[in-house]
Amino acid sequence: MQALIEIDRLNLFYGTFHALKNISMKIPEKAITAFIGPSGCGKSTLLRTLNRMNDMIPGTQIDGTVSIAGADIYGKDIDVETLRKKVGMVFQQPNPFPKSIYDNVAYGPRLHGITSRQKLDEIVENSLRGAALWNEVKDHLKRSAFSLSGGQQQRLCIARALAVEPDILLMDEATSALDPISTLKIEELAQELKERYTIVMVTHNMHQAARVSNQTVFFLNGEVVEYSETEKLFSNPEDQRTEDYISGRFG
Amino acid sequence: MKTAAKAAATNAFSARSGSNRLKDKIFSLVVWGVSLVIVAIILGLLALILERGATHLSWDFITGLPSEIEEGGGIGPSLFNSFYMMILSLIVSIPFGMAAGIYLAEFAPDNKFIAFVRICVEGLASVPSLIFGLFGIALFVEMMGLGLTIIGGAVSLAFLNLPVLTRVTEEAIRAVSQEIKQASFSLGATHLQTIRKALIPSAISGIVTGISLVAGRAFGESAVIILTAGVTTSGVMWDFNLLSPGETLAVHLWYVQSEAIVPDAQLISQKAAAVLLIVVLAINFLFRIPLWVRERKLR
Repeated sequence: MQALIEIDRLNLFYGTFHALKNISMKIPEKAITAFIGPSGCGKSTLLRTLNRMNDMIPGTQIDGTVSIAGADIYGKDIDVETLRKKVGMVFQQPNPFPKSIYDNVAYGPRLHGITSRQKLDEIVENSLRGAALWNEVKDHLKRSAFSLSGGQQQRLCIARALAVEPDILLMDEATSALDPISTLKIEELAQELKERYTIVMVTHNMHQAARVSNQTVFFLNGEVVEYSETEKLFSNPEDQRTEDYISGRFG
Repeated sequence: MKTAAKAAATNAFSARSGSNRLKDKIFSLVVWGVSLVIVAIILGLLALILERGATHLSWDFITGLPSEIEEGGGIGPSLFNSFYMMILSLIVSIPFGMAAGIYLAEFAPDNKFIAFVRICVEGLASVPSLIFGLFGIALFVEMMGLGLTIIGGAVSLAFLNLPVLTRVTEEAIRAVSQEIKQASFSLGATHLQTIRKALIPSAISGIVTGISLVAGRAFGESAVIILTAGVTTSGVMWDFNLLSPGETLAVHLWYVQSEAIVPDAQLISQKAAAVLLIVVLAINFLFRIPLWVRERKLR
């Protein structure tokens, strides 16, 4: 499989705190890569370097390169907005806008200049279908996004991210606020989405990583301890620390 | 008593001591009582003003010209000036106040200078309106030599309301969750797009409440107007000239009560007070209707 994301000797500091230490990895396209590790290990931080959401935190310093499809995303001539359009994100808490279901999905396309009603209708329908939500909401698109359940709201957020036609979808513990049934739905959805998108997910839940991902990366204290095929990492880890973590001895 | 104590001893969940429960009850009663007294005072005040004034109101009084000496003058020009100056002052204060509030919430660096600016804004919000009136005199009457004018009064009113609007906007924008902001950025929105399409719509309820507060304040303000727009009107209805003197209803109320020589001064001021009150209540009400509609939609 071809690598879509290449990270080379990446170091990241929050002020004086060394949050990511010399990280290098290649993330293949059209597959699910899971980041696991205990709280504060840097997995979410690394995820947020991929769409430059860390830029919003003052005092963040970055050294090394992150390239997506061959382009250094921290390079000089990078337009952050275009990058974020290509690298969508789903957050831990479902965070729909206080708008209707339709306007939530149409938010991104409208930002990028699409005004034709017909085109927007099409995008909204396709995105909601893509997020396996269309059948549940098609008759009340004008209703507030808050009228949906938590799991539906999270799928709405996925639809909203899909609406700007990203190549990569980042999921930052996207199911940790959901009940088991909603979680399962999102996991199934991720399986479908990886046919068309490259998915990188951060998860606290090792079973989730084992169930849905193709590759798994184990982080500890800002470093990558082990990166391999999910099956291998969970059945036959190379590093003792990985084994300790996945067998529940810490974390 | 004895049987109650016995029952208490046998029940595993009975209270050890009644004193906490008693305190709880007393506290609830006190809170209820104080609230009732406050509501009663406000309603009483409203009833008093409306009963004395509103019962005598007539269309001639509301739209008529005031009289200097004889009985039966109206408040038309003053009422018009009140609305005119309120709208003019909002036209000035809303864009500046919102811009400053958005700057403080979204762009201002987190340093001592900005903290100082914030304290100044807060301080300005509690400066007596008279001081803004004196500032208005210095600027419009003396420096620009305009005399007492509607434009001078309206802009001075806007200055008075700027700090409040700035604070309210800043607080409302800050209260929007970071998650909404991040969601917008993650979809490729610029900072401006995020402010326009996600933050302001999410904060609009707080901002509009702030605007309705300052609108009511602008309508009812007197000290600033007396000093910058004077205690006379041009004496004709629908005078849009920005350089006319601009006595408002609130000022008229004070003027009639304390200076005027018309025989029915008492009645005029009571009726004027009723009109003032009704309009201020209506302003607050009108601003909130769209918010109620919006909230219903978002449920």
